[in-house]
Amino acid sequence: MLRAALREVSTALKEGRVSPTELCQRCLSLIKTTKFLNAYITVTEDTALRQAEESEKRYRRGQSLGDLDGIPVAVKDNFSTAGIETTCASNMLKGYIPPYNATVVQKLLDQGAVLIGKTNLDEFAMGSGSTDGIFGPVRNPWSYSRQYKEKCGQNSRLENEDSSWLIAGGSSGGSAAAVSSFTCFAALGSDTGGSTRNPAAHCGVVGLKPTYGLVSRHGLIPLVNSMDVPGILTRCVDDAATVLGVLAGHDPKDSTTVQDPFNPFELPSVIDVSKFCIGIPKEYHIPGLSSETLAVWSKAADLFENAGARVIEVSLPHTCYSIVCYHVLCTAEVASNMARFDGLEYGHRSNIDKSTESMYAATRREGFNDVVRGRILSGNYFLLKQNYEKYFIKAQKVRRLIANDFVNVFNSGVDVLLTPTTLRDAVPYVEFIKEDNRTRSAQDDIFTQAANMSGLPAVSIPTALSEKGLPIGLQFVGHAFQELQLLTVAKWFEKQAKFPILQLQEMLDHADALSHQKISLFS
Amino acid sequence: MHTNYMLFLLFFSVAPWRPVVGLEIHAQINSNSKIFSGSQVQFIAPPNSLVSFFDASLPGTLPVLNRRCVEAAVMTGLALSCSINKKSLFDRKHYFYADLPAGYQITQQRLPIAVNGNLSYTFCVGAKQSQLVTKNVRIKRIQLEQDSGKSLHNDARSQTLIDLNRAGVGLMEVVMEPDMCCGVEAAAAVRELQLILQTLGSSQAIMAEGQLRVDANVSVHHPGEPYGVRTEVKNINSLRFLAKAVDYEIQRQIEELENGGTILNETRTFDYKLGCTIPMRDKEGKQDYRFMPEPNLPPLILYDAKSLPANIGDQQVVNIDWIQERLPDLPSVKRVRLVEQYGILPEHSFTLLNEDGLMEFFEDVVRETQMNPKKVIGWVISELLGHLKQYDLTVKESPVNSLSLADLLNLLERRVISSSAAKQVLKELCKGEGKTPLQMVKEKQLELIQNQSELDQICQAVMERHQEEVMEIKAGNRKVLNKLIGLVQRATERRADPILVKQILEKKLSQ
Repeated sequence: MLRAALREVSTALKEGRVSPTELCQRCLSLIKTTKFLNAYITVTEDTALRQAEESEKRYRRGQSLGDLDGIPVAVKDNFSTAGIETTCASNMLKGYIPPYNATVVQKLLDQGAVLIGKTNLDEFAMGSGSTDGIFGPVRNPWSYSRQYKEKCGQNSRLENEDSSWLIAGGSSGGSAAAVSSFTCFAALGSDTGGSTRNPAAHCGVVGLKPTYGLVSRHGLIPLVNSMDVPGILTRCVDDAATVLGVLAGHDPKDSTTVQDPFNPFELPSVIDVSKFCIGIPKEYHIPGLSSETLAVWSKAADLFENAGARVIEVSLPHTCYSIVCYHVLCTAEVASNMARFDGLEYGHRSNIDKSTESMYAATRREGFNDVVRGRILSGNYFLLKQNYEKYFIKAQKVRRLIANDFVNVFNSGVDVLLTPTTLRDAVPYVEFIKEDNRTRSAQDDIFTQAANMSGLPAVSIPTALSEKGLPIGLQFVGHAFQELQLLTVAKWFEKQAKFPILQLQEMLDHADALSHQKISLFS
Repeated sequence: MHTNYMLFLLFFSVAPWRPVVGLEIHAQINSNSKIFSGSQVQFIAPPNSLVSFFDASLPGTLPVLNRRCVEAAVMTGLALSCSINKKSLFDRKHYFYADLPAGYQITQQRLPIAVNGNLSYTFCVGAKQSQLVTKNVRIKRIQLEQDSGKSLHNDARSQTLIDLNRAGVGLMEVVMEPDMCCGVEAAAAVRELQLILQTLGSSQAIMAEGQLRVDANVSVHHPGEPYGVRTEVKNINSLRFLAKAVDYEIQRQIEELENGGTILNETRTFDYKLGCTIPMRDKEGKQDYRFMPEPNLPPLILYDAKSLPANIGDQQVVNIDWIQERLPDLPSVKRVRLVEQYGILPEHSFTLLNEDGLMEFFEDVVRETQMNPKKVIGWVISELLGHLKQYDLTVKESPVNSLSLADLLNLLERRVISSSAAKQVLKELCKGEGKTPLQMVKEKQLELIQNQSELDQICQAVMERHQEEVMEIKAGNRKVLNKLIGLVQRATERRADPILVKQILEKKLSQ
């Protein structure tokens, strides 16, 4: 049951084959078993059970609120949740309990969804590994999969376990790991440069970044306001469409959401891709791309071609400037957005109180990690009067060129772009931390951040397993506000790819070894 | 021109200094809620009782622009003959301060809502302040922005207390070009702006409540030379202090330069107790505000009749032409009308507008009385206003309402009472005992003696008792007639119409 897709479990709930409380308890139980993944910062057991109970009453009265009623979901810990601690994995917000719900959280709850917990991330979503938060790194569930163990030929898993586990990708690694390890049926991530798609690719789940302006950011603690989009992590494309249908639409509390009404859609069950034109951007064929991922990418293109789709090579000529440009704009907004954390109104406040200024300085030094402080520093540098033209204005201009690259390609008749999501499959934590956060982010966001710069919708689809038995994801980028088309193509591809399901028995054994608890959730 | 400066010119007439004064005025927008949040706007409320999650900068909250604030700024821009930008932008201005919760203020640095306007203002000069001088000041820009909260420092306990009630209240910053040259001009320009804002209702502009705050940029230079280094005198909150602060600062700079000193580009504050400007303790020195576009607010787009998209109602967008058509008469227009309609002096039209509610009061009185408005104006301005000033009352607080003053003037006009009796009654009315003028006249027996034969007899009796004076008049000394009139007045307890008395006496003397 837990391995089912959201749609399937929703049907089961409607038919009374499972009750919301039972479902919730099973998820909570599995969260406990898989605690070592560190996917959750807060598990909201009590409220979840209460919500499940409410849902159960509705089902009994025959007044279900819809497809999400009674469905356990997880939310990244940078979305405000009323009465529930929201930390951004930072000392700065440890203990901070928001008095209001983010619009997307409220929409989930209004549909009867059961909020099961708040998921782990890089501090303030700054990172690509979910390794840089105060609650420690998220472990990729695939580290404990039969597929990985078999391919790696590791029999002596207990001896090696602490060095062999893999990063989940980030910054929404907790949400991706939660969906991937079956502890919830959908999760919210946030996506500023790839933070939903990257961990989706590494954890073998679907990660959707909707068009900027389609989904409200109200209550999402910002990284880069002009690029942040709430992301959706699910086990299949249909589920992503269902959740999008609930979240999308104008929000009077977010002036950057579009006013046009959004019509929730269901994806067709029979899809003919021969009418679509798939673009393959040649600039995405870069030296760092692993041969396996390249092979998967080529195979995918062939798949479309063989099905009668037009597959053409296209050019996004400003791609190579994208990551630098992203860095300037991102840090500038970070510097600005982080200015509010001064210890006065909420969050951490230092004991040093010699003067207001010294209190600010100490609070911010104690509250933020090196990554956050580094970005604040560089962002403020770029915004200085003497540098503003040289860096910020220039980066804005380049951003426009990058966005225009996409416009030009789409105007030439391309419906959807097909690219890798990441350079390669997930790497072990010990490998990952050899590089600093900035270098890692620059490498890992390479295929994803351009969609944020241009506001376009993009989705990562789990495609194949690498030689090591780890997920490889491919990314589709669509026209602005054409999520229906994007997800239709993605759904067709998902069906062809037949990505294998995560074999978790190993993980549960691992859990058993850790906790000596006997569970039989998958019988 | 103020006296200090005039004196100064006497001493240094060789190379006169020319003062240059520009103003930045922050006017709180008169709206029910704040500019980017739904919190209420109120002057007096318990600390931190009008604070939304956005005002306290809770993470994840976003600004939502208040339409009313935009309309107020457009109205003000139009009234100041500005060009209204159909597209304007919001920016973040960063600085750390305890009463600025987000660490930045949302303002309009790059592209403000209105630019290039003009304000004409008039002030009185001359020994009797009877000569009117009219000048212009260019309006550089009007920008929308957020107000900050308030910090209360408790030095004894070395604590700072923050009240965020004001944080996020909408402000219009009006920037005036340095076209003024003394305190009187600066004060007159601000006064005219204040009247315009109050007429429009775009700001209540009550300086004592901080709804209108003025920063003055002051420098001095020799004509023909570049402008001198300027200082900024911040947060002046009364017109009187504005005039004093500017004049003090001009003189201070001139003296400094004459003594071989230099002027620092600094921020100063006006100490109203000492009557001088002093440097503000600015620990951080020159600030770099690190301006950045506000990413959470799309460009502010305004429409006019031409650009208004079809099928979009006036409620969904802000239509400049719609606002223009509904602008009320501005103070300058009202003054011209008053002079033309009632034949009053221009300076009286200024007084009528300067006192809140006085114009309406005057027009009400005129409507209810047969007296010529030219005479009414004297009663309103010299008499009534004089009494109000004496009791430190505003027109709205006047114990005499317009109807009651009209009644009184009608009694005078119908010669029921004399002018001096009318003044006496008005004085009594101002005590606010709630009596009508007629009751008062009856009570004090102030009616003029209307009976001709009664007056005739009184005059006869006075003449008989003062034969010497009668002889003198008959001998040709006409001045003595006034003494006789006075004697009759005394005999009637001032209830005789002096004109009538004169006629009777003259007739009798010539017999």
